[in-house]
Amino acid sequence: MTSHGASALPNPLGLLAELTHRCPLGCPYCSNPTALDRRADELDGATWARVFAEAAALGVLQVHLSGGEPAARRDLTEITASANKAGLYTNLITSGIGVTAKLLGALAEAGLDHVQLSIQDAQEKSADHIAGYEGAYARKRALASEIVALKLPLTVNAVIHRANIARVADLVELALAMGAARVEIAHVQYYGWALKNRAALMPTREQVDRAVEVVEGLRARHRGRIVIDAVVPDYHARFPKPCVGGWGRRSLNVTPSGKVLPCHAAEIIPGLEFWSVKDHSLTDIWTASPAFNAFRGTAFLPEPCKSCERREIDFGGCRCQAFMLTGDARATDPVCQFSPHHDVVAALAAVQDDRSYVYRRM
Amino acid sequence: MAEPIPAISADARPRLPRGVRLTHNEAQGGWVLLAPERVFKADAIAAEIVKRCTGSATFAEIVDDLAKTYAAPRDRIEADVTALLRGLADKKLLEL
Repeated sequence: MTSHGASALPNPLGLLAELTHRCPLGCPYCSNPTALDRRADELDGATWARVFAEAAALGVLQVHLSGGEPAARRDLTEITASANKAGLYTNLITSGIGVTAKLLGALAEAGLDHVQLSIQDAQEKSADHIAGYEGAYARKRALASEIVALKLPLTVNAVIHRANIARVADLVELALAMGAARVEIAHVQYYGWALKNRAALMPTREQVDRAVEVVEGLRARHRGRIVIDAVVPDYHARFPKPCVGGWGRRSLNVTPSGKVLPCHAAEIIPGLEFWSVKDHSLTDIWTASPAFNAFRGTAFLPEPCKSCERREIDFGGCRCQAFMLTGDARATDPVCQFSPHHDVVAALAAVQDDRSYVYRRM
Repeated sequence: MAEPIPAISADARPRLPRGVRLTHNEAQGGWVLLAPERVFKADAIAAEIVKRCTGSATFAEIVDDLAKTYAAPRDRIEADVTALLRGLADKKLLEL
């Protein structure tokens, strides 16, 4: 490890580059903030190139080119080339809409390493309804063929919620049929737009238990054919997730307008001071920005975390969730069964309401 | 009980698939295997094995080379290399 003085600050591994908040889809579980950055405020390509070079110097190995829909930017190929030139492993996280065969070819040429393509459901009509975009499913299937034809490795990302949880097995089959080597079965995490739509998205305990069991079976059956990674449905869990691998430990998130966040939801926590790549180098931000230092380590944690043996495993869970559900960002994530507020989570997990989605729109 | 690890054919030519690469990174303290949305730290031995998985050397040649380089019993090396490569293949980090 490189030295950052006595505290031995770890080096981040990953950079989530939110190139734009523009997106043609309206997925009601989008993790973007409900106040979206406008096009006029987006960083230009030259600034992104500098950020990538600074990230590589800081030890970052992988960049996730995300959004919004990254293909909404006309300079995506140049941005990808600059990340590749910085020596980063480049991952495109896309809805597929706007990624033409021509653009995909140019991206592969520019050194793109991997594509993560989202799928909303294994049934076309339902998939397009969830995306709020007619024709999305068909376009995604076509793009998957184009990705495989170019021999680019493909991950399929399926966000799981009440409308598609019964088809988890079909989604894995679909990912196999699309030629993916990896599939993410990602249960909705309730931030941003997903929080607005929580009751419309929330599966029941029985549905969650069944889905977890199905995934376990599929994982054993498809071993060596496809990797199935799961994001756990944390409202139904007993222990919290180690959010982003620990605050300011492994990753950074740069918003379309250049703010650097410890995680994509961090702006909901009041009182945090975020620095921008427009004013500071990434190294300065990682080491010295108030937001990154706000919840580093575990010293700030109260009981029951303070004396808990899982303290260095989950870091007390997610700061954003602690704030949203208890009003205190320092509290134990109430997903934890030992949290004094755990009953709040259990009560919210029991609320299912078939109201219409609030689609994500600018 | 753990299942026995299946043997690897002597003439298999293991290689890293597109999207997976081994790289040395000072800031991260050594060898890392970069894969789709995943990063695996590799110790020095694992790195020596993976470096040889170029798609041109056969499994038998890789084992011979390692046994010679480290002056170690061939059957022991073969067992270790098999375990590592099978584990990587299960995670889609290696093609056999």
